[in-house]
Amino acid sequence: MNVITATNLTKTFGNFTAVDAISFAVKRGEVFGFLGANGAGKTTAIKMLIGLSKPSGGSTTVAGFDLTTQSEKIKERIGYMSQKFSLYEDLSVRQNINFYGGVYGLSRKTIRSQTARILDEVELQANANDKVGSLPLGWKQRLSFAVASVHDPDIVFLDEPTGGVDPATRRQFWEMIYAAAAGGRTIFVTTHYMDEAEYCDRISIMVAGKIAALGTPGELKQQYQANSMGEVFLRLVR
Amino acid sequence: MQSYLAFVRKEFYHILRDTRTLVILFGMPIAQVLIFGYAVTNEFRDAPVAVIDNARDELSRELVHELVSSGYFKLVDQPATADELDALFRAGEVKLGVFIPPDFESDFFRRKQTTLQFLADGSDPNYATTLLNYGSQIVGNFQQRHAGGPENYQVGVEMQLMYNPELISAYNFIPGVVAIILLLISAMMTSLTIAKEKEMGTMDLLLVSPLSPLTIILGKVTPYVLLSMSNALLILLLGYFVFDVPVLGSFWLLTGFCLLYVLTALSLGILISTKASSQQAAMMGSLFSLLMPSMLLSGFIFPITSMPWMLQKVSGVIPATYFIELLKGVMLKGLGMQYLWFPTLVLATMTVVLLSLSWFNFKIRTK
Repeated sequence: MNVITATNLTKTFGNFTAVDAISFAVKRGEVFGFLGANGAGKTTAIKMLIGLSKPSGGSTTVAGFDLTTQSEKIKERIGYMSQKFSLYEDLSVRQNINFYGGVYGLSRKTIRSQTARILDEVELQANANDKVGSLPLGWKQRLSFAVASVHDPDIVFLDEPTGGVDPATRRQFWEMIYAAAAGGRTIFVTTHYMDEAEYCDRISIMVAGKIAALGTPGELKQQYQANSMGEVFLRLVR
Repeated sequence: MQSYLAFVRKEFYHILRDTRTLVILFGMPIAQVLIFGYAVTNEFRDAPVAVIDNARDELSRELVHELVSSGYFKLVDQPATADELDALFRAGEVKLGVFIPPDFESDFFRRKQTTLQFLADGSDPNYATTLLNYGSQIVGNFQQRHAGGPENYQVGVEMQLMYNPELISAYNFIPGVVAIILLLISAMMTSLTIAKEKEMGTMDLLLVSPLSPLTIILGKVTPYVLLSMSNALLILLLGYFVFDVPVLGSFWLLTGFCLLYVLTALSLGILISTKASSQQAAMMGSLFSLLMPSMLLSGFIFPITSMPWMLQKVSGVIPATYFIELLKGVMLKGLGMQYLWFPTLVLATMTVVLLSLSWFNFKIRTK
């Protein structure tokens, strides 16, 4: 079952076509890597999918709703974690969870149980009342991912979620991603790190507004006769 | 509704966490009122005066006594020559010099023309003008008292200052400070807090959530409306109990006007934040486009009628101008709506225009 189907998704700014009629589908429970060089249209595409920007053309559904006409319904079914670390640093861990729970209209009881679950998952029980700003970056990012899932969304969009942390911490973060995907949540992730691309179930690579390649890491390496995703990427982008 | 409450609660956490902002929010109005009340004042007492009395007769002594006993002036010296007086001025020891001509008394009673000379230190023009005015008023009274009689055809002028007979400067600065502080909290703080969400990237998260833009804005501004109103009350109470500034008109009308002005200022803050992408830009925008003109051109510090034509026009688009008019109308003159509908209408119109502009900007951004 597909949770995202994009058919000729397009975005133009005046004469410039940032996203040029891209089509792809993402299955439920899949970890979908969305790659591309800077300026390839990757950020514009993800902004359309999460409702921050209106598509100029194409028909796209996200979580079963139409992107142009039912964007309000979509918002309730998706979570988002941006590349800028996006929790409130001056609020405590608990206050952040409570706030986002409230924003998504969760009941007091649900918020309480979700808070307990998240604190447990990120192993922050002892730091629940600490300011988020005082946590190490890796912890903030895992907390941010957990908070993006506070309302049990179908899809979580992660926009370069692991910028600036070491490989070991990145690995920990990906453990969380796998656990979420195993529970049936779809993960749509953009990244600069090619080792992370290897972790994805399937990958699309955007070049100049179009999807230049799409497939599992294994298929792509075979197709471009490369040893790693890094080589695949370089061959496409050059 | 629930998400709105969650939002307001979050905003309060932000404000309460930030002790520095809290100190500014409540310390500044108190500091401003006290500074304006005690330091920046047009009232004066015991201005140092030197008199060159060339007459040395009964009448001249009486005149000097009258000047000094008014309480406004203090006789510090009686130099013999103009050069000595000049030295006193240079040393800054006197602010006003009085020169009484010889034969003052005899000329006066023979109704010959006699002229006193007043010299004031013009390096502080406002102060000098005030000293001269007070001085000549005292001389005028003195003259009238002594020169009575049938053959005297002088036209007497009786002056009365309405609404503020004692020329208490607090009557002017309390409304002014209220206008500035409300602008600061409502416009500047709001634009700052919205710009902060943009800068930190949390705004994107809010826009991705099911919250409507209206809820976001309302959630953002609600705490600042409450803060502004409590600050306005604080300043008015300080004015009432410390400086005896009355509220002659309706208290509820006054509250209503404060609320209206807070809305105008909030919409200004929102408009600035739709344009500014960082806190610094928002800060600069509010300081230079709002705070400076409101201080200087709203009639708070300089009278509008004495401004050049161009600046009067600028003053006419500053919300604080109308708000100060409303405040003075209610507090000092006890006026009601039938006299104040015009400034009220202007503020309301400004608010609607500003909000529409913000909405328009916001729409463009999310396209």
